[in-house]
Amino acid sequence: MTKVDTPVFTAPRSLKKVVTHFCPGCQHGTVHRLVAEALDHFAVQARTIGVASVGCSVFLYEYFDIDVVEAPHGRAPAVATGVKRALPDRIVFTYQGDGDLAAIGTSEIIHAANRGEGMTVIFVNNSTYGMTGGQMAPTTLPGQKTSTSPYGRDIANDGRPIRMAELLTQLDGTSYSARVAVNTPRNVLAAGKAVRKAFQTQIEGRGFSFVEILSTCPTNWGVSPLEANERIATEMIPCFPLGTFKDWALDAPGTGAK
Amino acid sequence: MDQRLFVKGNEAVAMGALAAGCRFYFGYPITPQSDIPEYMARELPRLGGTFIQAESEIASINMLLGASACGMRAMTSSSSPGISLKQEGLSYMAGSELPGLVVNICRSGPGLGGIDASQADYFQAVKGGGHGGYRLIVLAPHSVQEMYDLAMLAFDLSDLYRMPAMLLGDSVIGQMKEALVPHPRPQIELPAKDWVVSGKGSRSEQRIVKSLFLGDGELEAHNWKLYHRYQLLQERESRWEALYLDDAELIVTAFGVTARIARSAVRMAREGGLKVGMIRPITLFPFPQKAFFKATGVVKKVLCFELNTGQMVEDVRLSAARDAEVFFYGRPPGAGSLPTPEELCEQIERHHGRSA
Repeated sequence: MTKVDTPVFTAPRSLKKVVTHFCPGCQHGTVHRLVAEALDHFAVQARTIGVASVGCSVFLYEYFDIDVVEAPHGRAPAVATGVKRALPDRIVFTYQGDGDLAAIGTSEIIHAANRGEGMTVIFVNNSTYGMTGGQMAPTTLPGQKTSTSPYGRDIANDGRPIRMAELLTQLDGTSYSARVAVNTPRNVLAAGKAVRKAFQTQIEGRGFSFVEILSTCPTNWGVSPLEANERIATEMIPCFPLGTFKDWALDAPGTGAK
Repeated sequence: MDQRLFVKGNEAVAMGALAAGCRFYFGYPITPQSDIPEYMARELPRLGGTFIQAESEIASINMLLGASACGMRAMTSSSSPGISLKQEGLSYMAGSELPGLVVNICRSGPGLGGIDASQADYFQAVKGGGHGGYRLIVLAPHSVQEMYDLAMLAFDLSDLYRMPAMLLGDSVIGQMKEALVPHPRPQIELPAKDWVVSGKGSRSEQRIVKSLFLGDGELEAHNWKLYHRYQLLQERESRWEALYLDDAELIVTAFGVTARIARSAVRMAREGGLKVGMIRPITLFPFPQKAFFKATGVVKKVLCFELNTGQMVEDVRLSAARDAEVFFYGRPPGAGSLPTPEELCEQIERHHGRSA
C-alpha cells in the first residue's frame, strides 16, 4: 500500500514566499507568520485589508499577500477606522510598533478602542524604536540604555513604561486584550492562540481586539538573538506581565462584549 | 429639484457634497465651520452614510484617507488651526494619490488668532502646506451657490486627477445666508477606480495604497508623475470669472469674500467713469495664469485685493506679462474689520489715476 504524505508543517497561504528584510533574530517574521496563520485559519485572506504603519513593519505588504493601506506614523487606527466604516464586512487589522502606537499614536489607539471599532490591532512591543536606530520608546524599561537614554531610562525625567494592553482594557469598547511573547516555542504557541482569538473577535462582530506581543530587537539592544530571547524572560515580562486582560468570552455582559 | 432655498454657506457646502455622492464625513468641531459637521451628523445617517466626530483633526483626515483608499467619496472640514493639523494626512493623501474633499472655512491667524474672515491661508492651501512638495486642487467660492457647486466639482476633479481637493472658503462665506438653487450632479465620465483596496477577493494581484518609495529611482519617478499631473491640471482645469475686461484700463483681482467687496468697488468705479475690469480666480490651484498673461498683454496694471498682507499677489505677479505693473492692497483682519467697497474704490481711483 502506498503511503500518503501528509504535510505537518506548511507555509501560510497569506504570506508570500519571499525573503524578508528584517535583521537576524528579529521576530517580526514570527509575528507575521502568526497573523498569516490566523487569516488562513479563518479563511479570510481574500477579504482582509491590512493597515501598515511607520517603522520596520511598514513593508508588510511585501510579505502579506493581501490588500494594504499605508498609514502615517501613529495614525493606523484612524486609517483603519475609515477602512472598516467604508467596508464593514472586511477583516481589517493594523500592525504597529511601540513608538507608533504608544507614543505618537496614543490618541488614535485609545479612541479607536473606545469606539469599539471592529478591527484587530497587532502591537509589537520591543521596548525601542527599531527603524530609527534604537531610541527610547514609551515602553523602554527603567534603566534601559538606548541612543536617546544613554545613561539608562530615568523615570524621574522620562516617566515609566506604558502598559498598553492593561490601559486599553479600561475602555468599554475593547472586547479582547492580551499580552503574549514570542521568545520561546511555548510562548509562540500561546501568542498564536491570542492572535487567532483577536481575529475571531472581529469576525464575530464583537468589536475591538488588541494583542500586545513582546518581541526582540537584537540589533538595537546590542545582544545576540538568543540573549535577546533571554532578555524578554528576565527583564520585559516582569515589567509587562503576560496574560489575557479582557476577553468577551469570559467577561460578564456589559463590559464590552457584544 | 426646482427650488430656491435660503441657506448658510456652510450648509450649502454640505448639501453640495451630499448631492455629489459623498457618504462619509469625518471631522472635529471648530468655529466658524461647525455647521458642516452638524449638518452631516443630521443628514448622513438618513442616507445610509457615516458620520464620525473624530478625536482630533489628525484622526479625521486619516479616517478620510482610509475611506478614500476603499474608493468612497469622503470629506472632512475644518478651519485654519485645524487645517494645520491635517497637513500631515494631506501630504500622505497626495503621496498616495488619494482623492477626497477638505473644506477650510478660514479664520484669522496665525496661532489661535481670531474667528473673523481671513485669506491668510492662501500660501498653505496652494503651495503645499504639508511636507514634500505636493499640490492640492484649490477652489475658492465667493457665494453660497458656489459653495454648493464647487463642492460638487471638487469631488469630480479630485476623482479625475486622483488628488485631494480643498475648498477654501472663509467665515463670511460660511456664515452668511443667501439663495441657493440645488441641482443634481452633472454627469461626468470618471475613470474606474481600479486602484482601490477592497480585499483581494478573486484578484490574483494585491493592491497597495502607499506613499513610501524606497527603490532606486522610484520616488523620483513618482514625483515626476505627480508634477506632470499638476501641469495637466494647469492646462485643463483653470477657472476664473472675467468682468468688463473689453475696455479695461486697470484690472482688479480678488477671490472669495474679498471678490464680493471688490466687485462692488469695481461697479462704483465704473459708475464714476473709470474703465476697470476684474478677474476673479475660482481655482487658486491651478492658478489661472493664462487669463492673467493674456489680459496683461493689453492692460498693464493689475490691482490685487486680499484679506492678508499679500499672498495671491505673488501668483498674479508670476502670471502677468513682464511689463505689467502689479499692485497690492490688503490687510490682515482684526475683529470685524472688512474693507468697504468705498475703501477699495478709492484704491482703484488712486491706481487708475496713475495711468491717466
